[in-house]
This record gives sequence, structure tokens and C-alpha cells, in this order.
Amino acid sequence: MNRVDLALAAASVVLLGYGTWNGLVVAPPDRFMGDVSRIMYVHVPTAWNAMLCFTYAFVFAVASLLTRRPAWDHRMEAAVEVGLLLGILLTVQGSIWARPTWGVWWDWDPRLTSVAVMNVMFIGVIALRSFVDDASSRARWSSVATVLAFVNVPLVYMSVRWWRTLHQPPREAGGVDPAMLLPMWINVVGLLFLTVLLVRLRTRVARASRAAELAPPELP
Amino acid sequence: MELLRQCVEVTRKDLLLQWRTRSRFASVLAFGVTTLLLFSFAVGPDTTVLRTHASGYLWLAVLLASTLALSESFRLEVEHGAMDTLRLLPADPRVLYYGKALANLLSLAALAVLLLPFMVALYDVQVVMGMGRLLGLVLLGTAGLTAPGTMYAALAARARSSDVLLPLLLFPLLVPALVAAVKATGLVLEGDPMDQLGGWTGLLAAFNVVYWTLCGLLYRAVIED
Repeated sequence: MNRVDLALAAASVVLLGYGTWNGLVVAPPDRFMGDVSRIMYVHVPTAWNAMLCFTYAFVFAVASLLTRRPAWDHRMEAAVEVGLLLGILLTVQGSIWARPTWGVWWDWDPRLTSVAVMNVMFIGVIALRSFVDDASSRARWSSVATVLAFVNVPLVYMSVRWWRTLHQPPREAGGVDPAMLLPMWINVVGLLFLTVLLVRLRTRVARASRAAELAPPELP
Repeated sequence: MELLRQCVEVTRKDLLLQWRTRSRFASVLAFGVTTLLLFSFAVGPDTTVLRTHASGYLWLAVLLASTLALSESFRLEVEHGAMDTLRLLPADPRVLYYGKALANLLSLAALAVLLLPFMVALYDVQVVMGMGRLLGLVLLGTAGLTAPGTMYAALAARARSSDVLLPLLLFPLLVPALVAAVKATGLVLEGDPMDQLGGWTGLLAAFNVVYWTLCGLLYRAVIED
């Protein structure tokens, strides 16, 4: 870990700690949902960062296709994996939130369903990467798969929204107590730092494993 | 014009290959019919339920059968190194993609059309809005399935475990096309009192436009070495 990584780690620990304490203790409970709503302080930041992370993956995939430089491929690998981690966390949180508010663990709500479909699409990308041995084909093919999957996200969302809807609409900022917005924003930024840190570290792992692939085998 | 002519040549080559291996097509069709039968067994002999969900069963059968047809269309080329020969042609990679995709579209549409009578018979379906609309939807739906399907089949054919990889990549991607095709087909079968057919057909058409364009652009990156 270099100095930037340490700074990111420290900032995310401080921000997430402060934001979570604020969200659990300081912020008032929701008028309708009570304390259950406090999951919002992790759920919303996770959602935004997951989408952001898949957007990084898309940008890196396009850059990798245009330049064919391995550096972009390593970043893409990192962003897809961290994005998937956040996406799975998001699905689990959504399911946990659904139980007390809607009475079911799972509902075919557009956002919950779209995120689940998105997760499966990117699991496919990771599987593809593990099934291709040649590094250059792996980079090109998984970039293509990432582009195709990312472009699909709005189509999935639209189709599922027409198909079925139940999710509470995002609230207007005017109706929310500032004491509830503050911890949410702090956590968004804290999680953003953590996400960037994870992508950076994972990129380094990808670069090292590529170097190990290319290195000649050790002599006995 | 030249591109179009080359494209037709590639399609012709693929259709000839499929004609020479037509017993394979017959087996895939038999697989599709078996799938339709299995849905009845899974759900039970309740005609009302079967009729209500007929369009869903039809598209799932087409989807499951299509992975067999799509992977076969590239197996020959990879096994005999034909892909490398094709790459040596002085032709645009887009030509290779659209030619192949067109041939796949024709064979998948034929498959889906041949499954229709079985669906009508097994699930006691009436086509309220007419056969013309139904056939149009079948064509549009299989086109949506073919565009990314051909692309991913080209990828999967040269990776390890291609039999798992193709459905794993393809099925989640097809969710919007599947939802739209099933809904629209259901409306054509049962009638459309709320006038929703246009919306679903539009979504399916948008899916087609996005993927037929994007896959043509990206195919070069898939086949180059």
C-alpha cells in the first residue's frame, strides 16, 4: 500500500464510522418505517457506488478495446469484481429491507430485479475471463462482454418496470430531514473512497498475476 | 452494395452448412418440442393455466433450443480451423458477423415457427389477433435472440467450458427481449384490450436495434488474433 492507498483507507474508515454513527444514533427515525429505514444509510451509498463501479468497468472496457493496452484490462477486471461485490451486497440489503417493509424477502421490483440481473451478467463476464487462457483474447472478449452487459442495464430496468412495480419512488430532497441526508452523503463519499481503494488494490493484483503468467517457469 | 453481396455469400455458406447437417436441426427441433411437453408435465394438465402461460413456454423452449443451435453454428468453424480461413478473406469483419447472424436468424425463426403448431395443439391456444402478427413477433423475437447469441457463441466456441459459458452470458442479457417477446406474444394470443402491444413491440425493436448495431461494431475485436 502506498501513501495514496493509506490516505484513502483512513478517509473511508473515518467517514464510514462517522456516517454510520450519525445514521444509527443521531438521525431521527423515519415517520413511516421507523428504525428500519436506517438501512438506507448503507443501502443508498452501496447502490450509487455499485452503479459507479460498473460505469468504471464500462469505461475501462471501451478504453481497453480502443488502445489494447493491458493496463486498462487490469483496471476493468478490478472494477467488474468490486462492482459485483457491491451489487451482491446491494441485493442482500434490498432483500433485508424488503422483509419488514413489504413483508417478503424478495419482490419482483424493478430495481431489485435489475440489480440481480446485472449481477448475473457480470458473473458471466468473470466466468468468461476464467475460461480463456490467452491474455489478449481474454482482454478483448471480456471487454466486449462488459460493453454488451452494461448497455443492457437500462433496457433491463425499463422492461422490468413495465412488467411489475412496487419500489418506493426516490423521495424529493425537500421532504427529508437534513439530519437524515447528512449521514447518507457522508457514507456515499466514505464508500466511494473504499471502492476506489479496492479497485486500485485489485488492479495491482491483476497486474501481478498477468506478470506471473508471462514469466518463464522456474527451473527445478 | 459490395458489403451486402459479401454478406449474402456468407449467409449462403452458413445455410448450406446447416442444410448438410439438417439431422442436427431436426434434433434441436425435437428438443424444443420435448421442452414444450415438459412444461405441461411440470405445471399439470390444467388447460387454463397452460393457455395463460403458453407464450412464456414457447419462448423458453425457443431460448433453450437456441443455445444448441447457436453453439453448433460455430463448432464446425472452430473444429476445422475454418474461422482462420474466413479471417483471411478480404472482407470486412462486419460482413462475417451479419452473414452468420442472418443465417442463424433464419434457422432460429424456422425453429420457432415449427414450434408454433405444437404450442397451439398442446396448450389449446387461440390466436386472437391473427397469424400475421404472431409470425412478425416470432421473427422480431428470434432476431433479438440471435444478435447477442451469435456474438456470444463466437466467444464461447473458443473458450473452455463453452457449453456452460454461452447460456451463462446470454440468458441474463436476454431478459428485456424475453420479457417483451413473452408479453407481446401473450397479447397476440389472448387479445389486447389495454392496447399494450405497441409498447412491448417497441421495446423488443429497441433491443434489436441496440444489439444488431453494437455486435456488428464489436465483432472485429472478437475474431481478430
